[in-house]
Amino acid sequence: MKGLSGSRFCFYVGFVVGTLSLYLFLRQVWFERSMELPVLGGIQGSSVAAVAEEKQASDSDNWSVEGAALINLNHPHHTGEDSRVADELYQKVRILCWVMTGPSNLQTKARHVKATWSRHCNVVVFMSSVDDPDFPTVGLGTGEGRDQLYWKTIRAFHYALEHHGNDADWFLKADDDTFVVVDNLRWVLSNHTPEEPLYFGKRFKPYAKQGYMSGGAGYVLSKEALRRFVEGFKTKVCTHTTSVEDLALGQCLEKMGVLAMDSRDTLQRETFHPFVPEHHLTGKFSKSFWYWNYCYYPIVEGPQCCSDLAVSFHYVDAELMYTLEYWTYHLRAYGYRHRYRPPLPQGLVERLAQTERATVGTAGRGTIPAGIIVVGGGNQSKMEAVSYKGAPRGGKIPMDNNRTAVTQESQQ
Amino acid sequence: MLSEGSSFMKGMALGGIFCLLLSLLGSFTPGMQSSPEDQHHHHHIKAPTNDELQSLSEPQMVELSQKVRVYCVIMVQPKVLVYWATAKDTWSKHCDQAVFYSSESAKALEAVDLNEQDEWTKLRKALKHAYDNSGDLRWFFVARPTTFAIIENLKYLILAKDPNEPFYIGHAMKSGELEYVEYESGIVLSYEALRRLVNVFKDEEKCPERGRALWKLSEEKQLAICLKYTGVFAENGEDTQGKGLFNSKSVSSLIEDGMSKNPLDVVEGCCSDLAITFSGMSPNQMQVMMFGVYRLRPYGHNFHDSLIFFPPEGSDND
Repeated sequence: MKGLSGSRFCFYVGFVVGTLSLYLFLRQVWFERSMELPVLGGIQGSSVAAVAEEKQASDSDNWSVEGAALINLNHPHHTGEDSRVADELYQKVRILCWVMTGPSNLQTKARHVKATWSRHCNVVVFMSSVDDPDFPTVGLGTGEGRDQLYWKTIRAFHYALEHHGNDADWFLKADDDTFVVVDNLRWVLSNHTPEEPLYFGKRFKPYAKQGYMSGGAGYVLSKEALRRFVEGFKTKVCTHTTSVEDLALGQCLEKMGVLAMDSRDTLQRETFHPFVPEHHLTGKFSKSFWYWNYCYYPIVEGPQCCSDLAVSFHYVDAELMYTLEYWTYHLRAYGYRHRYRPPLPQGLVERLAQTERATVGTAGRGTIPAGIIVVGGGNQSKMEAVSYKGAPRGGKIPMDNNRTAVTQESQQ
Repeated sequence: MLSEGSSFMKGMALGGIFCLLLSLLGSFTPGMQSSPEDQHHHHHIKAPTNDELQSLSEPQMVELSQKVRVYCVIMVQPKVLVYWATAKDTWSKHCDQAVFYSSESAKALEAVDLNEQDEWTKLRKALKHAYDNSGDLRWFFVARPTTFAIIENLKYLILAKDPNEPFYIGHAMKSGELEYVEYESGIVLSYEALRRLVNVFKDEEKCPERGRALWKLSEEKQLAICLKYTGVFAENGEDTQGKGLFNSKSVSSLIEDGMSKNPLDVVEGCCSDLAITFSGMSPNQMQVMMFGVYRLRPYGHNFHDSLIFFPPEGSDND
């Protein structure tokens, strides 16, 4: 009797001790979590799902599918931003993007192009060897592989002119591992007219007198240039000479009197890039690398390799596609006044009476409209608060880069 | 005796299993009895909205913009000199004052030598040094060697906050009952929080210099405990949509996660447009971030922000 109750008592004590000690242990070790998760895990999870759903629904409002082409009805932009200039350019500089791809690349590469930068084109067509009504892609009736590249290019451009000659002014060719910032391409093209025979891209010098444009970095033909390309094949001035697509195209265009243009920005920095950003910004090209002998313009290594308004990068894998889309269209530094502030294209100055603090002129001097607070850049050991008591009310105050300005007058 | 002992053991084992089962079932989380209410106690800090900014008067805005200056405390190690060199050449140029703190001195490394290997002690010494040398700077940001910070976005977050109030901001985490800011994604302290912290450093009972717990707590948790004694609590920095602004991973890593978790909207579900920190980046990746944050943009999309931050002098990668 006594033994039984004693062991039962021990059992209960053991039970309590076991529970308590495990509770303490778990509390310290297991119940770590981010404060975001309980609040956000639910919210963020559902908001992302909601956004994805919204996106699919609105996708049909934003895109109309005509055959194999995706026609962009609304230029995408974010809440809180002033895209008047970009919208003007979207109307004025219409671009058809065609993406060179193939059946085996649709899910691994082309899909990510479709989800990212191609949404900013006026029209986008995915060119493959085989028709695919679901993606959708155009079947060019060729095979696949490097030796088919020029055939695909020839047929793709013919298709573009025949089916979409009136839907666009400029025709861009890109690979499914090229990332293009289409808004910046519009800026490059904005001071040119599509009625002239012109073509832009990353300019290489060998084998052609005026040079030719790198295929991987993407190149763009004006409507007149495209007409002449197609005409050249009709009249047999141009034929399928080699499978080296970019060189062959360049040679044909040269024969047809199309001009190879300089696509660099106003500080002579390249906009079309044949490699990924990391390679251009941080890599050192070995002196024996072919690149040195190919580039038409002098190679710049380091940060000045690339324009702020970069147009393209090549050898971009899926992850980098989304990363670049995030860097370009999403991530920014609040209030940051960029060093490079190029002037508006001529055609737009009249149409837009007033823009933001867009200064006319290069980085450095500029005018700040009233009511904006200016803070000095980092690493300035002295900050002078300058008051503009003598300044005209409601007017603009000329400023230079180095001074910290305090608010000007109040808005009237 | 033996039967009692074995009963005891059986009881203990059963008790342990019982507790485990209950917590696994999820409806009972012993660590947070007040879990639903707890969510209301979670502190979140959001940046000011446009309406809030516009409701401020001119002199108020001026005062705020002068107060929002950041002293960056950047922890480095001579073992990996390249991180010091990269931070110096990239994001730290946007701090009003950037000071590097090293565990030991080394040639070519321009940093304050803390002469200390223990992580918590290093952090204490660095924060004390920062407090003593802050001049008229009122905000402090603590970074690890592989952290990348966008100081302008930090300034925007804390713009309307008074540094004479205690603030302890970052990616807030919860361990049991303790709320702390994750070290890896950067820690933000206001002047008042740092002042209280430096004061409590003197108290060996509440805030010992060398951790004395049975198992050693990480330095981020030690910091939280010391601050808690002074009445300062961790707050989560987030944007207007509730997305965290402080990240302990790099952009590519977060994008990679997004590609598997929500492949239909990778970029939207990734990170905030006004993110403040990323971490775990290589030196090359930091250089590319400078391009991505401060330079690369689509022409014609403009923002009417209420502040203008000028680029720093003597720099060309931003």
